[in-house]
Amino acid sequence: MAEFSLPKNSKVQKGKKYPAKAGAKNLRTFRIYRWNEEDGQNPHIDEYEVDMDSCGPMVLDALIKIKNEVDSTLTFRRSCREGICGSCAMNIDGNNTLACTKAIDDCKGDVAIYPLPHMPVVKDLVPDLTNFYAQYASIKPWLRTQTPPPPDAERLQSKEDRARLDGLYECILCASCSTACPSYWWNGDKYLGPAALLQAYRFIADSRDEDTGARLDELEDPFKLYRCHTIMNCTNTCPKGLNPAKAIGEIKKLMVERKGV
Amino acid sequence: MSAYKITEHKYDVVVVGAGGAGLRATFGLAAKGLKTVCLTKVFPTRSHTVAAQGGISAALGNMGEDDWRYHFYDTIKGSDWLGDQDAIQYMCQNAPAAVIELEHYGVPFSRTEAGKIYQRPFGGMTTKYGEGPPAQRTCAAADRTGHAMLHTLYQQSLAHDAQFKIEYFALDLIFDAAGACRGVLALDMAEGTLHLFRAHGVVLATGGYGRAYFTATSAHTCTGDGGGLVARAGLALQDMEFVQFHPTGIYGAGCLITEGVRGEGGILRNSNGERFMERYAPHYKDLASRDVVSRSMTIEIREGRGVGEHKDHILLDLTHLGPEVIHEKLPGIAESARIFAGVDVTRQPIPVSPTVHYNMGGIPTNIHGEVVQKVGNDPDKVVEGLYAIGEAACVSVHGANRLGSNSLLDLVVFGRAVANRAAETIQSGASHKALPDDACAAALANLDKLRNAKGSRSTAEIRLDMQRTMQSDAAVFRTSKTLKEGCVKMDKVFASFEDVRVADRSLVWNSDLIETYELQNLLYNAVATINSAEQRHESRGAHAHEDFPERDDANWMKHTLVKVDHKGACSFDFRPVRMNTLTDEVTSVPPKARVY
Repeated sequence: MAEFSLPKNSKVQKGKKYPAKAGAKNLRTFRIYRWNEEDGQNPHIDEYEVDMDSCGPMVLDALIKIKNEVDSTLTFRRSCREGICGSCAMNIDGNNTLACTKAIDDCKGDVAIYPLPHMPVVKDLVPDLTNFYAQYASIKPWLRTQTPPPPDAERLQSKEDRARLDGLYECILCASCSTACPSYWWNGDKYLGPAALLQAYRFIADSRDEDTGARLDELEDPFKLYRCHTIMNCTNTCPKGLNPAKAIGEIKKLMVERKGV
Repeated sequence: MSAYKITEHKYDVVVVGAGGAGLRATFGLAAKGLKTVCLTKVFPTRSHTVAAQGGISAALGNMGEDDWRYHFYDTIKGSDWLGDQDAIQYMCQNAPAAVIELEHYGVPFSRTEAGKIYQRPFGGMTTKYGEGPPAQRTCAAADRTGHAMLHTLYQQSLAHDAQFKIEYFALDLIFDAAGACRGVLALDMAEGTLHLFRAHGVVLATGGYGRAYFTATSAHTCTGDGGGLVARAGLALQDMEFVQFHPTGIYGAGCLITEGVRGEGGILRNSNGERFMERYAPHYKDLASRDVVSRSMTIEIREGRGVGEHKDHILLDLTHLGPEVIHEKLPGIAESARIFAGVDVTRQPIPVSPTVHYNMGGIPTNIHGEVVQKVGNDPDKVVEGLYAIGEAACVSVHGANRLGSNSLLDLVVFGRAVANRAAETIQSGASHKALPDDACAAALANLDKLRNAKGSRSTAEIRLDMQRTMQSDAAVFRTSKTLKEGCVKMDKVFASFEDVRVADRSLVWNSDLIETYELQNLLYNAVATINSAEQRHESRGAHAHEDFPERDDANWMKHTLVKVDHKGACSFDFRPVRMNTLTDEVTSVPPKARVY
């Protein structure tokens, strides 16, 4: 039987404990993954006690409070703090979601916070999303047409045709879905993953786009599309309530239909 | 000082920032054949344009009679006659083509029954030069227009094969011996390495500085980096006293609730359930311009008619709109209100209060996006090689108060304009002349100081001091006393930055260091803002001075120019407001009383 050994620094160790200031009564503990390639240490879990009486309601509020008041080396991405920019996606309480819209009260017990799973880590909670972005670019996510648009007016689109984009265009590219997908974990280099495929379908579904044939051709590949096994983790985890699994299903249906099976 | 290794890159143009303006400029420049790179501290779709909700204005007339001249008039009136009328003509006249271009790029606009772009009413947008019914001029993709636009603009950048350096932070501008801007020194956040991007032109598209205040709709990354870069280079900023408070930030959280809610029929109510805007703006009521609505709300709260335990906020009621309209037109704010206020908008009103939202002031430019300075008697002297667009800039199309949905328009109109201008004036592939030996010296000294800062005060502490001072002393209403006190306090806060401490000594993704740079940028903007406010002895647009409650056109119809030195001391000068229009297709609007 084959034997595998894990890389030397892959074991996650116990880290430091940061108790709350004396007198704090309403405490929650945040267990946060830390890793910094420069210090040569293994990844570790630091524990921070946070006084909830002086903390906002969201997990991001706690992370910022820790960074501001306890440990400014704690590293994570954040920007809009209202669930629209997609910066602060991470694994919280076992699920991929946005720290800014995840209520601390909705977490069970100690709040465990890890980077998005199965991505290379740059530092602490910051994953390297280069491959994820490249996959998005690879589906050529822009309106592709042959017919020139009217020179001085918009293309017309019926309300019904526009409504077909609802649930597709709202994606914020946070990568929660793709990094929750076991198939993506295993074949992330070749399988495009739910986020890129949702966007592929966003253009296929757009009545203004005229390149459906080529879009389907580009996905006709044993890995890019067909490594979706309808596990549904993507849909279950999407912090925007979108349904990438359904979009992937629609693409597969179009593939079957055009073969005339 | 340690020796820093710098990797040099050569481009025709460098764009700093990848929001709506930066992206439109970047692929516009690439399309013109200029070798262009866009440096951005966040992945492009994370930029704060993504959070714009209500829409982008253009007199398409899809939903009733409209004319770009009405839009021109409304924008001037909205600006309280501080906007430059040539720039306003340029923006409003180009608006329909800009929005149609966006549709052709693929923006998923909502649609009318006829399949055209859906347009909603917005504050201050009227017809017949303020005499007709409200205009339906704001083109919307539900209430996610900024998201739809930003993603589409990034998609177009991919289609144009534009080059990006993502998670690169601009440390300082680099000038040649003649004072022309010739590049940017930047930090690659992932590696911690330094890069000098040499260029014939640098376009600043860095957004606003809402985070100078304690409560803002702005993202954490809205830190006025462009203003900081320009101020550190010794150049003047313009009209920094004009800070827009959006009437409807969610109480407490500060998250934006679009003006489109009122455009669709939502109503502001006080603790008596009264639609109080009827008293302040009899004609346009809840759709008066933002400065007017924010002041009215503040007066209601002051006079004891606020709601809640502390009677310190107002209710935004949209329950009468019905679930269908909310689902189709306002799904995003329904989600925000549920998450951040625990409110089901089909059944309950949203608790809101005026919240810092937008900076009308910024880096002064002409209509081509070229940065201008007052030199001698010339108020419009171009700084060679330096451009600014979007919220970072002050063209000035927004004057003393911006109308809602004019900022998304500003981004694409001037993003395109700057690309056209650069293509006219920069020769692709021209050789890069030698820079002075010490061109990067000041930038590196600053880096060295901040990287190794061992002071007694954390970045977060100083930031909080600044935010609290600005929030209390440069607010919706201002007085000579609070402004004077605020200036003294801000001077101290600025000085305390000398004693800053950066704890993270690592190179890779050192967000402690980046936040410290951002704080430095914010401090320049904050000091400029409160000192500019203190010296403007009148009330105009968003600057409501209680000791000088009237607009004073004789003395103050002029742009403030402010320079901030490295100690935080401010010096002032002025530029005239440009009253002339670009062409005779429209006539200049002389100042008059501003009633909604």
